[in-house]
Amino acid sequence: MMAFYFARLVEIFPFFLKGLWMTSKIAFISLVTCTLIGFALGMIRSGNNIILKRIVGIYVAFVRGTPFVVQIFIVFFILPEWGIQLEAFPAALLAMAIMGSAFICEIVAGGIDSISRGQWEAAASSGLTLVQQLRLIIVPQAMKVILPPLVGQYVLLIKDTSVVSVIGVMELTRVGWVTVVRIPEGLMVFSLVGALYFIISYPLILISNYLEQKMAV
Amino acid sequence: MLIDFNFRIILEYLPLFLTGLRSTFFISIVSIALALTTGIIACACRISGVRIIKYPAIAYIEVIRSTPLLVQIYFLYFGLPTLGLMIPEIQTGILALMLNSGAYIAEIIRAGINSVDEGQLEAGISSGLNYIQRMRFIILPQALGVTIPPLLGQAIVLVKDSALLSLISVMELTRCGQTMTSERFMPAEAFFTVAFFYMCIYFVLKAVADWSQRKLIFREAY
Repeated sequence: MMAFYFARLVEIFPFFLKGLWMTSKIAFISLVTCTLIGFALGMIRSGNNIILKRIVGIYVAFVRGTPFVVQIFIVFFILPEWGIQLEAFPAALLAMAIMGSAFICEIVAGGIDSISRGQWEAAASSGLTLVQQLRLIIVPQAMKVILPPLVGQYVLLIKDTSVVSVIGVMELTRVGWVTVVRIPEGLMVFSLVGALYFIISYPLILISNYLEQKMAV
Repeated sequence: MLIDFNFRIILEYLPLFLTGLRSTFFISIVSIALALTTGIIACACRISGVRIIKYPAIAYIEVIRSTPLLVQIYFLYFGLPTLGLMIPEIQTGILALMLNSGAYIAEIIRAGINSVDEGQLEAGISSGLNYIQRMRFIILPQALGVTIPPLLGQAIVLVKDSALLSLISVMELTRCGQTMTSERFMPAEAFFTVAFFYMCIYFVLKAVADWSQRKLIFREAY
């Protein structure tokens, strides 16, 4: 029976590749949006505007304090009640963007806060504007602190894309879930799914380890 | 929007949410205890020089860290019955959480041990202590302080991860929200209540984690 199911699994392997493609698509789009929003929020959070800081702080606390599944349900089930209808795919991207940018915001804020006051003062007394100070002096130095946890966060985000399968996005985990109904070999099907995830995220883990070693001086 | 937020229905469903909360507590505490044990064992194997236990430990840690928890849960949930193991969903869920967090905890402990200065180890060797004594008197007491804040961070992650068990129909907090949604079609009330309870757990654990971090820095300053 095992061999029969294995042959079936090989037969429908293209289906898995389609799921892998969808997972990569969601992962790639959300990594880019999360990084952009996360950096913007992180700069606000380590900035001087108290009101904006508080608002970002509440947002970050909400996202970090609740499970991602609950956030997906909130986006997917509650927004329609308020008149915002979203398909599963954009809803998944929105949930990923909300979740990921909060975590990246914390990493960026931590990195910027690690730069000493003197650097800010030196930049200000050289006559640089705030944007110039951040772009030319602060962020380049903070990158050293930001980069290793950022890549680690990317790995977590890629793995979290599996959770969007709950709202029916046909990505890798969902493909496995649909397949296991037809091919009742859970170990085999989900080993394959796991192996495909491993292929995407393990290189990033290696990069993250490398960066951690290189930057930790 | 939030104008017609119905508090009465939340009150009506409060007993259900409280059972869910209790279940989440139970799952989290049991999983953390088991994960800590797994993590310590995995870390001991990982840092030992014996190849036959070192490489399986590395494989375990790396495989767990590079696959999503949801896939691990489904792997056990759909996989164990094919092996003839019929166990209740909640035990499958706890097993998945244990294996998942165990790998992360192993890495946290390893990082703590590595953070102890090389000179300490050499001083231990030249004082004539053997491996066990060096670990017990020199490395572990110093490593412990460094590992506690990230371990509490892992506990926060685990509580949030336990929400995924709702997908294999374990009756915990998130599942209660789903139940209420399907019975009353009030997702806003249901999921904001669920989120509120998770936030409460998060803030308590975060306060403890921050406190332990401050203590640690305080001690290092001397």
